[in-house]
Formats: sequence, C-alpha cells, structure tokens
Amino acid sequence: MDQDHKKLKESPFPCEGLEKVLSFIDSHKDRSSASLVCKDWYDAERWTRSKLFIGNCYSVSPEIVARRFPKIKSVRLKGKPRFSDFNLLPQDWGANVHAWLVMFAKVYPSLEELRLKRMTVSDESLDLLARSFPGFKALSLSSCDGFTDEGLKAIATHCRTLTELDIADSVTVDIGGGWLSCFPEGFASLEILNFASLQCEVSFDALERLVSRCRALRVLKVNESINLEQLQRLLVQVPHLTGLGTGSFMQELTPRQYEGVQSAFSNCKNLQVLSGLWDATSLYLPLVYGACASLTFLNLSEADLRSGELAKFLPHCTSLRRLWVIDTVGDKGLEAVGLSCPLLEELRVFPIDPYDLDNRQGVTEVGFLAVSRGCPNLNYVLYFCRKMTNDAVATIVQNCPDFTHFRLCIMNPGEPDHLTNEPMDEAFGAVSKTCTKLRRLSVSGLLTDMAFEYIGKFAKNLETLSVAFAGSSDRGMQCVLEGCPKLRKLEIRDCLFGNAALLSGLDKYETMRSLWMSACNLTIKGCRLLAKEMPRLNVEVIQDEWSDETHANKVYVYRSLAGPRQDAPPFVLTLGGEDI
Amino acid sequence: MSIPQEHDYIGLSEPLSSEKISYKMAAAAAEGVTPSLNVEKIGVFNLKETELRLGLPGSEAPDRKGGIGIGVSLFGKELKGESMCVKSFVSGAKRGFSDAINGAGKWGLSINGGSAAGLGENGGSNVKEEIPALKPVEERKNGASITAPASKAQVVGWPPIRSFRKNTLATNTPKKDDAAGKPGPGCLYVKVSMDGAPYLRKIDLKTYCSYPEISAALEKMFSCFTIGQCGQGLAAKEHLSESHLMDLLHGSEYVLTYEDKDGDWMLVGDVPWEMFTDSCRRLRIMKGADAIGLAPRTMQKCKSQN
Repeated sequence: MDQDHKKLKESPFPCEGLEKVLSFIDSHKDRSSASLVCKDWYDAERWTRSKLFIGNCYSVSPEIVARRFPKIKSVRLKGKPRFSDFNLLPQDWGANVHAWLVMFAKVYPSLEELRLKRMTVSDESLDLLARSFPGFKALSLSSCDGFTDEGLKAIATHCRTLTELDIADSVTVDIGGGWLSCFPEGFASLEILNFASLQCEVSFDALERLVSRCRALRVLKVNESINLEQLQRLLVQVPHLTGLGTGSFMQELTPRQYEGVQSAFSNCKNLQVLSGLWDATSLYLPLVYGACASLTFLNLSEADLRSGELAKFLPHCTSLRRLWVIDTVGDKGLEAVGLSCPLLEELRVFPIDPYDLDNRQGVTEVGFLAVSRGCPNLNYVLYFCRKMTNDAVATIVQNCPDFTHFRLCIMNPGEPDHLTNEPMDEAFGAVSKTCTKLRRLSVSGLLTDMAFEYIGKFAKNLETLSVAFAGSSDRGMQCVLEGCPKLRKLEIRDCLFGNAALLSGLDKYETMRSLWMSACNLTIKGCRLLAKEMPRLNVEVIQDEWSDETHANKVYVYRSLAGPRQDAPPFVLTLGGEDI
Repeated sequence: MSIPQEHDYIGLSEPLSSEKISYKMAAAAAEGVTPSLNVEKIGVFNLKETELRLGLPGSEAPDRKGGIGIGVSLFGKELKGESMCVKSFVSGAKRGFSDAINGAGKWGLSINGGSAAGLGENGGSNVKEEIPALKPVEERKNGASITAPASKAQVVGWPPIRSFRKNTLATNTPKKDDAAGKPGPGCLYVKVSMDGAPYLRKIDLKTYCSYPEISAALEKMFSCFTIGQCGQGLAAKEHLSESHLMDLLHGSEYVLTYEDKDGDWMLVGDVPWEMFTDSCRRLRIMKGADAIGLAPRTMQKCKSQN
C-alpha cells in the first residue's frame, strides 16, 4: 500500500494533461471546485482560465486577480448592488471600472471581451480600453453610467477588430450621436450593435454605410431616432439578422412606403429576437408580422398595446419562448397569451402607470392564471400588478411547477389578498413548496413572518431573495437566513427587521455574495457588532438624509478578500469593530 | 417588536394616517394570526379620483390625496387667469401630503416618542412592545425633503422599475436620490392620452410654438377618435387665441388638460406658452363632459348642434 502511494507521488498526473482537460471547463463554478482539489489542480486551473467572472467588484482587488490568473481573455464584472437601478444609491457611490482597466491593460493585453453590469465607466476608461487591447472584440455595458459620446467615439475609432458593441440599458444624459460616425470606412467586423437605450440622434447615413459594410451583422438594435423608412433601408441590407430592435413606429407612411417596410420585414426569415417597437400601434404593428415565424423572444415592453392588438399579433409568433409586455394589454391580452403561446417559458409584464397616476387597473390574478393554464413550460415570471390572491398563486404554481424565477410585484405596499383580505403568505408558501427548482424570488404584498417561515422551510434552492414592505418581526429574516442553504443575495427594503435579524446571519454572510438592507431597523451599533464578529465582511453604511448618529438607513454587507474599500466616498462608512 | 421605519409613501393627509399604517399594526399583531383589521382601508392607498369635486377654490378636501387631479379642471372657466388660485387650493390639500413626505419617513408606531434606535440598542434580545398609538414621529431635525414630483405619493425606487423604461406614464426618476432631475434640453416629449382612444401618443413640445399649433396637431393626431358626434374639434379655427381655446370648453366634446410639474391638472391655455412648455409633463384629452361636470347638458347641446 505504501509502495503504491509513493509511486503515485513520484509520477503525478502530467500537468499538461490536466491543463488540457481543465481547458474544456467553462463554468466558473466548476473551475472553482476544481481549484480546490489540491495545489496542482489549483495551478492548472489558474493557468487555463481564460474567462473571468466577478460578481461583486469589491469582493476582490485587481491585484489579487492579476496575481492569480495570468491568461484572461474575457471578463464579466458586476458592480453596484441591484437596488441602485431604482435610485436607492447616491451618485458617486463607486464601482468605477478604471482601476480594473489599468490592471487589465498591464496584465492582459490580449483581452478580447469586457462585460460590465452596474458599473461607472468614464470616457477616460473607454479611451484606455480602446487603446490598450489590439485584439479587443466585445464590449457590453449593461446598466452602466458615467460615459458620454466621447468615450464611445474612442471605441469606434480605435477598436479595429470590434465584433460587439452592446450598450444595453445604460443611461447617459446629453449624449450626442456623433460616435456612430467614427467607425472607420474600412471597418466591417461588427456582428452585434445595440444602442437602443441611448437617447441621441445618430447620422443615418453613417449607420446605413456601417450596416452595409458589416456583412456578418446578426444583431442590430437601433434607438428611437430611427424611423420606419430608415429601418427599411437598413433591413434590406441585412435581412439575415437574428436579432432586431426597431426604432420608432411613430411615422406616417404612404401606402407605397407601407408596402416597402412590410416587404422588408417579410424578408427577415431568421429573426429570433424582436424589440424596440416604440409607439407601435394597431396602425403599423402588422408590418412586422411577416418576420415573426421563428421569433423566440418578443420584447413589447416599449409598445403599450391593448389586448386586441396583442391578440392579433401573437398568432404570428408560433415559436415564442419569451415575451415581455406592458400591462395595457390587460388580463384579456394575457388570456390571448395563454391561448397562443404554448411554448412560452418567460413572461414579463411591466406597468405603464407604476405610480398609479391614472388609476389604471393593469393586470390582475386573472391574467396570470390564464397564462399559467396555457403555458405549462413557464419558468420565469416578472409580474407587476395591483391585485393578487393567494388561491390564484397556488393554482398558478400547480399549473407551472417549474418556476426558477418568480418575481411578483404587487405595487401597493402591504396589499393583502384582494378577495380574502388576508396576507399573501400562503401565496409565497405555495411557490416555495411547489417550485422545487426556485432560484430567485421577489415577494410583495402584505406579508407576515409566516411567508418567511415557508421560504426558509421549503425554498432549498433559493439563491436570490428580494423583500420590500414585509414581515412582522426579526424572526422573518432569521427564518430565511437559517433555512436557505444556497442563498447568495438578499436584498431588503422598508421592513422592520432590526439588529437581531441582522446578527442572526453572522455565520451566513460569508457564504453569500451580499446583503442589502435599507429603511429597516438597523443601528450603527448593530452593524459595528457584525463587523467586529466577522472581520472578513465589509459592513458599509451609506449615510443619507435619513441617517443619523444611530440609525443605519442603508446597509450593504459583502464578503471581501480585498478588505475595506479604498475608494469609498465620504458618505460610505465602512465599519470596523472599534468603539462598540 | 421593532418599530417599522418607512419613508412615507402614502401621502394621505393626517386624518388617514391611522388607516394607512394599520397594515403595519396588523402585521405587528399578526404573529401568525390572521389579522382582523381595517383591511378595507389598506388597499385604499390610492383613492379613486373619479369623483369630481364641486367646491370652490380654497375649500377643504381633506381626504384627497396630494393630486387633485380631475377636480381642478372643473373650474376651468372660472379659474382662467386664476391659476395661482387653483394652485393654492391644491396646495392646501397638498400640504398634508408634503408634510407627510417631509416628515422624512419616520411614520411609524412610535412608542412614547421613543426612537427606534433606542430599541435597537438591545442587540440580541427581542424587544416586545405593545401596539402603540399611531402617530407620526416628529419631523426629523435634518428636515430632509424630497421633492414630490407626482400627484400621488411616490416612494423612492418603488415600484422597482428601471428609469430607462420610457414608455410609462411616470417621468424618468432622476438618478440622484435627492435632487430633482431636469429633463434634457433638445426635445421635450410628453405623452398625450385621450379618453376612449386605444393608445397613447407622444409629442415633442419643442416643435410647437403656440397653443393653436398644438391643438391643431393633436386634433389631427386623434382625429380618428374624436368628436364625430359633436362636431366641434379642439381647435377647428385656424387662428385661435388663448381665450378662444377657453371658449371652446363649453361647446366641445373634448377638453385639453395637462399635468404640470407639481402634479396638478390644469387646463391648457391658462398660462403663457413658455410657462406651459416648462411645466407640462403630460397631456390628456378629456371628455368635456367630465371636465365641466355638466354631462347631461353638454350632451344635449351637442345633439342639438347636429
């Protein structure tokens, strides 16, 4: 036995072989597991990792990353906590990508892809990016801010091998459209171009020429400044598109123009994704029908259609898997969804009137039920409504037990079941019990601790939980922290959970990516206690107009190898254990 | 029981504070027991504003939420040139609302005025409290005020909708937590809705220079839905003075109203054009009958004109 042991030690698994095997592994979770086997595997893994995913840019530092991974070609980096999307984070909070880019420029000159989410990206950073990586291919900026057309100009001018420019959901102010004209005349490698969320006017001429040069273009999402006639001219250049985001439909077309646009759409036989459609109404919506036969994702979240319009549209989209609509379609529109989209897997219903300025009813449990009856494969839902019932939700999950993402937003805080007037506890209990694959849950409505007991007891695969205006005592939060072994992200706002709840998760937070609690019942002292007990967590308090010496109004807790933030602005207080 | 702390998001004036917080009370009382509570009120965070008020400017309307909404345009004709008066009527009722907002979120179950912080100090122990009297805690010293942009109360970041989603009736929430956002220069898109029309349109206010222009454009835009029965469009005449526009109120089937920056609904034509474009957030073409509150008579009038 001992002899064999020694033999093994003398002739270990050849590391080239190990590296070869590991190079086939893409998933960062699997790679992480591999790296923990032993030192050899750790080394082999780090030498072969080419794709880097960092879910929280403050959990690690550029230096640590540079030391560990020598050969990175593709980076995915996420910054601010998700509630920054809803203006809960002050300006200049952080998550600036610049320091990372400086490191990448030094250590990864062959970087090809950079995908950022909720990070601040300055023009200076984009310029650095454009000049530092000669083989750079793909830039994706999701929910980012901080840049103007100057930065985009640098990208367009200097990135000669760019295949993807995707400015999804990033909001910029006062941005000009001159950047589009900066792609050089010889530049033809673009495959994906998405500037739908930019509010600027681009030179249509430049765009048309760019599109005609880029023969490999497969995804084109223009912004609202492009009208139908212009869109037609683009489509005739690239009828082979797989993804299209139209411009505005608000244009009066002559009959001849109408035919032209219609024919251009009908020639798009490969379309899988369709979005844009600003101000599309019953007048011109039929223009796109001819392009929808192979559509798998239809994003109507910028077109406030009514039920009839949707009902007429959907039969043209027989392969639909994902559908995003505005609640102007009403329950009747959702009934049409249930009837026409048997393959549907994802549904998102956005409110046209989130602040109820016009007393619009929107959708209710009736619509949701109808969809669940007709679409048994439903696994992702985001549903904004004003009324819901426990019974309906229970039935819905019976019809669709495969939910992995269940995000229900009953828009009035603390709204009970509108038929029984009871809390919505049973609804989320049913979701937790029945949907064993549930990974993400957003709760709403009137909720007591019971709801959280259910979640803690049954939602064993839950990774992300969002809570607002809910719970009756600290016990609620405690149930979740103690009961959900796979919990990674917990975001809570406007609940009465206090220090006891916070501290009940002492052992938990290092297994999670982050915890956000705002407008809850936490005090600075409670947070300090947490910081003292768990030195490898960053416990940050964001001071705003509702904070004072004792009340901690916005608290962000996350594990980190990098220690306290070096770039924290004055209003972010990183708590240590001192002065308890 | 820890004290809930909330940014005020209900904006009901004081008398209703007990109702609006009752769900918290219920939640606190619940402990697994189904609360028997004043639940009718719970859902009524947004009172339906379909009723019209006929009171004169300055009269009390204590149970209305911040935005008076339709009520304002009731007084169209009387209030021509008295838009300030309208505003003060509105702000009278709104004061309760803005007080609520400026109360900087310390609504809550206050226990003898004690602060939440005091309770929290006990670290690990569960502090059990009796259900306290419902009253708003004193305004905070730092007196933070949120500008209340819309007529109905808005909590920051709720509902959780991304501000880039332009196709909502809400204005883009400013990126900054605390500053009022200004719309960009360049263009000034506002939504136009029309009662009974199946869809909304958007127009760029900057492309018009006067009231007659905008009414003509709107009439053209919505021509397939108007008017038919009653004949008189919004601005049938070419040269329409501001007072003409007002004159149309009585005869016309439809009335043009707009929501201003403060969330008040005003009649279009009340103020100078520049002031209008500065403050207009969206437009609504209402049935004249609704606006004037003289439904039966207007209809008869229309019928007789046919």
